[in-house]
Amino acid sequence: MATTPLTTVPQATRPARTKRRSGRGQLGTAMLFLAPALLGFLVFFAWPAVRGLYLSFTDYNLLSEPTWVGLENYAAIVDDPVFWNSMGVTLQYVLINIVIQTLVALLLAVLLHRFTRSMLIRGVVMLPYLIANVVVALVWYWLADYNLGLINSGLDAIGLDRVGFFGDEQYAMTTIALVNVWRHLGYTTLLIFAGLQSIPQDVYEAAAVDGAGEWRVFRSITLPLLRPVLAFVLVVTVVGSFQIFDTIAVTTQGGPVDSTNAITYYIYDRAFTRFDFGYASALSVILMFILAVIALVQMRAFRAGQSDLER
Amino acid sequence: MATSTLPSTVQSSRERRRRFVTRPLGWVTIGFVIFATLFPFYWMLRTALSNNRAMFSEPLSLLPVEPTLGPFQRVLGLQSTADALAEGGSVGAINFTQYLVNSVIVCTIITVAQVMLSAMAAYAFALLEWRGRDVVFGIFLVALLVPGMFTLLPNFLLVRELGLLNTYLGIALPSMFFSPFVVFFLRQFFLGVNRSFIEAATIDGAGQWRIFSRIVLPIVMPQIITIGILQFIFYWNDYLWPLLVGQTEESTLLTVGLGVFRSQTPQGSPDWAGLMAGSLVAAVPIFILVLVFGRRIVGSIQSSGVK
Repeated sequence: MATTPLTTVPQATRPARTKRRSGRGQLGTAMLFLAPALLGFLVFFAWPAVRGLYLSFTDYNLLSEPTWVGLENYAAIVDDPVFWNSMGVTLQYVLINIVIQTLVALLLAVLLHRFTRSMLIRGVVMLPYLIANVVVALVWYWLADYNLGLINSGLDAIGLDRVGFFGDEQYAMTTIALVNVWRHLGYTTLLIFAGLQSIPQDVYEAAAVDGAGEWRVFRSITLPLLRPVLAFVLVVTVVGSFQIFDTIAVTTQGGPVDSTNAITYYIYDRAFTRFDFGYASALSVILMFILAVIALVQMRAFRAGQSDLER
Repeated sequence: MATSTLPSTVQSSRERRRRFVTRPLGWVTIGFVIFATLFPFYWMLRTALSNNRAMFSEPLSLLPVEPTLGPFQRVLGLQSTADALAEGGSVGAINFTQYLVNSVIVCTIITVAQVMLSAMAAYAFALLEWRGRDVVFGIFLVALLVPGMFTLLPNFLLVRELGLLNTYLGIALPSMFFSPFVVFFLRQFFLGVNRSFIEAATIDGAGQWRIFSRIVLPIVMPQIITIGILQFIFYWNDYLWPLLVGQTEESTLLTVGLGVFRSQTPQGSPDWAGLMAGSLVAAVPIFILVLVFGRRIVGSIQSSGVK
């Protein structure tokens, strides 16, 4: 993409800041260019963030003014069994979703990289990711319907028992996790595929000369060199996965018996069916805190910034 | 490994045998993934072309059951109540033609405004020299990391106080001014613009606005279009925010309309044929975008992973 003659490698031709106009540089012009974005940032991001934090310390039901209650919401959350259940089912979802998705995507990316450069195949594989969560959820809700869906009719036809994929509390969250594996598999595969392409070919040639086997090459070369990309993929998909909402909202709506009442759905439920905005805000603050910690831990654990290639 | 000491003839025959096994196995796996990816889409079409009442007797039929365009007419508001009932469809006030119009308008407003205003911001961060630039850019990036859920509730309150609930503007407003992702993405490309063009224009006395709109924008236009398509798809698919803010017939987006339609159960179960027809109405514009711009979309998603 960057090979057009109109563009260059960023720092290469940068003049050594010879003619800086005045002491203030181009601050005035810059502010004009930035004004709309800055306005949006302050009004629809910074201010809501501050307000969300404030509301988490209040009791607020939309009808009257918020009243300050200090840490009461947080204390109530600690004692709230529904909250702990929702953390549990969210973790269950994230675990199933991420583990299967990452492993299958890794396999698929390696296969695609080995066997084909076809843009068409990559486009097809990525297609579900570009379709709305809601549409994907509905298609699978239909395919897995207990009475009329293709999957259960098929099971029935070959003499097996029907399965309540969405209706049985034992299976519902797993089903939703797998539906989202289907949607995100192509996206994850594409990111890993790009990582594979960035590994220099001569490393593989050296390995072939040494007579290293397929599995050995994968384990000792591909996987370590892929680490920065895998770290990026995992941070992005885990943080996204924690915020599962759409699929639940159009299929199980948190049920059966709270078995799919993931944390974002619980926040939505508290805020918009029970109008408990203070409590819901406190839940959001906790969610954000958890996500920040997870992202930081992952970045550190994977030493995401460094590549083994440069050493 | 012990294999490195083997004579080369043994090694290569073993190599050949391995190829013989892994290659077909690999292609079978790839083929299976492609099938598993495409089949649900086919099943949507098969269902959407079936008679909802007749379909229940043949759940395994691979072809549409008693083929009909009824489900599409139904969700687009073109089928009479009697016909809808005869086909076992939903007769609720669901009008996907209206939702389609709503979605197109809202997503276009958001995309055009957001990409243009973000491009201006990216220009200031990439090609203008001013004190505090990197600090301000860092603060912008924080917005990239904060989950949407956190600002969702307060933004709902804000839009409500502005009296914009159930309006196009109310749905679009919070996303119109900037997206940290787009600013970040475009800044990368602005940094790569050859600066001799800008210097030449400066010597000719061009102002910054002129340099931005006449020189820099045309150079990065391909990237602007790509990011525009990606953002359009993102907002087209968005569900939670439009669910909160757009609940009247005149402000319901397609995804939200689908959710409402799904919760109507005329004969104890949803009108599956109609639901799949509605889902296709929501998905087809994306199929078209992918057909036309697939190469760009794939390329840009790939490049977002590797620095």
